[in-house]
Amino acid sequence: MATLKELTHNQDRLAGGHRLCAGCGASIAVRQILLAAGDSPVVAGCATGCLEVSTTIYPYSSWRTPFIHNAFENAAATISGVEAAFKGLQRAGKVPADKKMKFIAFGGDGGTYDIGLQSLSGAMERGHDMVYVCYDNGAYMNTGIQRSSATPLGAWATTAEVGKAQKGKIQRRKDLTSIIADHGVPYAAQASVSHWKDLTMKAEKAFACEGPAFINVLSPCPRGWRSTPSKSIEIAKAGVQTGFWPLFEVENGVWRQTVKTPALKPIEEFLKPQGRFKHLFAPENADLLAAVQRGVDEYYAYIQRRCECEGE
Amino acid sequence: MLQQKTVASTGNSLVAEAMRQCAPDVMAAYPITPQTTIVEEYAKFVADGRVHTEYVTVESEHSAMSACVGASAAGARVMTATCSQGLAFMWEQLYIAAGLRLPIVMANANRALAAPINIHCDHSDVMGCRDSGWLILFAETAQEAYDNTIMATRIAEHPDVLLPVMTCLDGFITTHSIDRAQVMDDETVKGFVGEYRATNMLLDTDNPVSHGNFAGLGGTYFEFKKQHRQAMNGALKVVKEVGAEFAELSGRPFGVIEGWGMEDAETAIVCIGSTAGNARHVARELRAKGEKVGVLKVRCFRPFPAADIAAALKRLKAVAVLDRSESFGEGGPLFLEVRSALYDLETRVPLVNYIYGLGGADVRLELIERVFSDLSDIAAGNAAPGALQYLGTR
Repeated sequence: MATLKELTHNQDRLAGGHRLCAGCGASIAVRQILLAAGDSPVVAGCATGCLEVSTTIYPYSSWRTPFIHNAFENAAATISGVEAAFKGLQRAGKVPADKKMKFIAFGGDGGTYDIGLQSLSGAMERGHDMVYVCYDNGAYMNTGIQRSSATPLGAWATTAEVGKAQKGKIQRRKDLTSIIADHGVPYAAQASVSHWKDLTMKAEKAFACEGPAFINVLSPCPRGWRSTPSKSIEIAKAGVQTGFWPLFEVENGVWRQTVKTPALKPIEEFLKPQGRFKHLFAPENADLLAAVQRGVDEYYAYIQRRCECEGE
Repeated sequence: MLQQKTVASTGNSLVAEAMRQCAPDVMAAYPITPQTTIVEEYAKFVADGRVHTEYVTVESEHSAMSACVGASAAGARVMTATCSQGLAFMWEQLYIAAGLRLPIVMANANRALAAPINIHCDHSDVMGCRDSGWLILFAETAQEAYDNTIMATRIAEHPDVLLPVMTCLDGFITTHSIDRAQVMDDETVKGFVGEYRATNMLLDTDNPVSHGNFAGLGGTYFEFKKQHRQAMNGALKVVKEVGAEFAELSGRPFGVIEGWGMEDAETAIVCIGSTAGNARHVARELRAKGEKVGVLKVRCFRPFPAADIAAALKRLKAVAVLDRSESFGEGGPLFLEVRSALYDLETRVPLVNYIYGLGGADVRLELIERVFSDLSDIAAGNAAPGALQYLGTR
């Protein structure tokens, strides 16, 4: 893996001056992942959402690499088409047969877990040589913090309100990383912007593997999480240390926890700095808080079990 | 003169053959009746190694057009095919393909839209996307479906156009019936369509460009639409030029509208697609009895050849416009366009609108006879042009 010093010499493919918020996890994830592509030419695409709207305001573009935005639900299908064009044009002799190129699509959890799941599943099944990255901030942040299937149990969202009859989101979040791993893709991983080295290693593996690769990155959103921008990385780190967001990879069917968290911190450490969970700390909601903890424990145990049973 | 092979083949088979000859770099498609045999036959070309095309067997029509958008922006020649629910499902992407000025060619096997579900021919699928910014060509026969596909490739990729083109053929009637057609050799088609040289391609990584940017500030969206409008306006000339060149090469005349008996006709039927054959058959019989009747077929629907249509209809005493699709609450789409095209004429041409053949309802000859009979009454001053009529329902 490239060292931090080496990475600093790589081209930064997402230019500064974009309009994403301070403390946004998306731009951190994009820059870090693209650094891991090294000198390879890369074509990038992204779903409609904060990343798109903040980096492509015409006549400007923050992308120093060929880029396409198509729509909300189809970043995977769109990039699969770009990859297909590369193959077709190579076969036509219009692109040198020995030329190598990387293809990557980015989407938020809305464009990935929900409206774009079919498009993503199709692209993964077809085996395109591409990387798909989900920056998961746990809600439809671009349209104003509406709940998604990635929103954690109990979290407030503008379509999962907190009131007398309902206390935030009533369902648990979907485990998308496992779903994509179970497509049998050569590489699937869960990463966090708080663990840059782990994220870079996973991005390098994703780019290096032949065929589809998927990385799900925990990406704080200060607006939606109702958190302090300067605390984003700390909160993401707490997400990992509490077991809310275990860091693991599935490489050719082998499950491995990449960052060990032997003594899990209580979930409160992840929830407390985020205003979207504020109501969970009211005395009358103690049961809900306990349910959140239980859900996190069960999910963590499930990932550990898969790493033990399906590990090396 | 060019040697062509005469074949007995279905419309779909000829579309697949034309696509093979145009040699797309990417085909991304999803099967739907009655388009299926196009994508099946193309899959066989792939399996037999007869094409260099990267064939993307997507999981839906939405992803079909999404992948086409990606592939076309990447710099490839791209084709696909669909119809009906599939076309409706990719509706969002139709606007994006056109708005990004991507010269994708798509065959549409005209089929009714649910509900109730139906797999047979009408034009409600394609008419639903007539404002999406695509060029739309219609075929009457399998031969025209073949010819339109080849011409569409040249038209779409023309530097003055750079817009996607939909080539429509009637579901089952044209897609699945065996018809006689002439097929060109591969080299001739290759020479006619030429090599596609994309500009601003994503795969040119030395010169990075961004596609699909956010134009939501400062009115730039409006400016893009103006350029799109200008390209569409200019496209009619290109369609005619490419059509003339193709006619010269193939020996088969091409017109954005094609008339039969229109030189001295007093009444005429205006229609689209396979119905033109039935209409001509009846018109021929009526001509034999001395009635001055004509048929005007619209082969290019977008851009709409309004001036050509006005010129063709201006001296007529009565005209019937036959729509094989609904526009509930108003007249049929073709009727509205034709009536608008005639508005600036000095003399008012009596027009009447019939909705017919929805969901594959048979277009029997006696129905066409009835229309000409109605027109005869209107032309003679024995009847006024009435309100919209359903033709052939109980």
